[in-house]
Amino acid sequence: MSNIPSELKFATSHEWVRVDADGIATVGISDHAQGLLGDMVFVELPDVDDSISAGDDVAVAESVKAASDIYAPVSGTVVAINEELEDAPELLNSDAFGEGWLFQVKLDDAGELENLLDAEGYKNSIDED
Amino acid sequence: MTNKTVLHAKHLASGAKMVDFFGWDMPINYGSQIEEHHAVRTDAGMFDVSHMTIVDVQGADAKAFLRRLVINDVAKLATAGKALYTGMLNEEGGVIDDLIIYFFSDTDYRLVVNSATRVKDLAWMTKQSTGFDITITERPEFGMLAVQGPEAKAKVAKLLTAEQIVAVEGMKPFFGVQVGDLFIATTGYTGEDGYEIIVPNSSAEDFWQKLLDEGVVPCGLGARDTLRLEAGMNLYGLDMDETVSPLAANMAWTISWDPTDRDFIGRDVLTAQKAAGDQPKLVGLVLEEKGVLRSHQVVVTEFGNGEITSGTFSPTLGHSVALARVPRSVKVGDTIEVEMRKKLIKVQVTKPSFVRNGKKVF
Repeated sequence: MSNIPSELKFATSHEWVRVDADGIATVGISDHAQGLLGDMVFVELPDVDDSISAGDDVAVAESVKAASDIYAPVSGTVVAINEELEDAPELLNSDAFGEGWLFQVKLDDAGELENLLDAEGYKNSIDED
Repeated sequence: MTNKTVLHAKHLASGAKMVDFFGWDMPINYGSQIEEHHAVRTDAGMFDVSHMTIVDVQGADAKAFLRRLVINDVAKLATAGKALYTGMLNEEGGVIDDLIIYFFSDTDYRLVVNSATRVKDLAWMTKQSTGFDITITERPEFGMLAVQGPEAKAKVAKLLTAEQIVAVEGMKPFFGVQVGDLFIATTGYTGEDGYEIIVPNSSAEDFWQKLLDEGVVPCGLGARDTLRLEAGMNLYGLDMDETVSPLAANMAWTISWDPTDRDFIGRDVLTAQKAAGDQPKLVGLVLEEKGVLRSHQVVVTEFGNGEITSGTFSPTLGHSVALARVPRSVKVGDTIEVEMRKKLIKVQVTKPSFVRNGKKVF
């Protein structure tokens, strides 16, 4: 079983969210998800300043095996994207919860975080798969 | 009931991620299929292909039987050990399977056929054998390994006896020889130098371990697929099946039309198809921008639509390549379009071969 950091929030569609003190949310996909997809070859990210809504398909992770849509787990404005992934998509495989982060969002409504799973809840959701 | 090869425990010991492959529990990768792919292109990797089916065809009529059964002509094989690649067709001219035939003598041949088609292949061969004085014998007591890559032969040599080393010295591509316990063949499915080796089940694990100790990288079905696709080699079930003519699957080169009186199964259908010139053809596609071509995506051309039969990301080239079945009028060098994720993307048409011996070939 992959290690799931306890401070993160999760969507059932395998995205994670880490919120810092300034109300900026960093978004990635879980280690479990990268394991299912296999070696990453391309990552398509939203543009900075894009306005995104929770549930929108805003990014694509394409592995040797399949292309997978990534959904915005929260609503807000994109303030940064992980440009390292352009040349090193394998960071999603090697460090899904760290260097493999996808983009950062300035939250519209911090209350939306309540809709996400905690680490324990996410672990239970993938154990049922 | 899931089948396990004789090397199953070795895969688990190497941390393989296992998947079901047509009833066999097989390694898809041992961590990273891209790293495994690069190992084969630059050094040496090995694959467990023990799930494939070894069938010996022997007897007074073995030669006559195979001249009827397959589209290539085993009468061309004159040197003991020489192999050929070919297809076995149904009466409608569709491909039942592709296979390799090793020639030992006019009364002794070894066939290696796909695992997913094992049952129907054996049934078809048995049915067609009526009236021929032959025996058809499956050989499950053997495992099979493919050791492939520019350093593969040198690494295998360290495990061989003096007698085996002499026997394989300077052996040309597409030959096989039985020496001692091993059947060693200069065949493969990667576009690299190397061997396919048939080994008794009792010594397979030991042989695998010794190759590991020599630094040969274990590779799963994931890397096997990207390597064969870069090399432009067909995968049965994707690039062709029983509904597809060999003329539409880049297998025309495996048909022996001469002598004209050899009555192989499907000959009349192929002759008519060839005269009509209306079969689609299998070409290569290259996408140098972002995105990955995938099986079953629709190909749009001015001559009508086609379909991608196999597509992947090419780790060697750093972009996507595919095999596609398209109307015959499409030419190498043309730019055509593929429908990907609801958009039409331009791709280049190439010959259906992308990488050989580590180098780009289109």
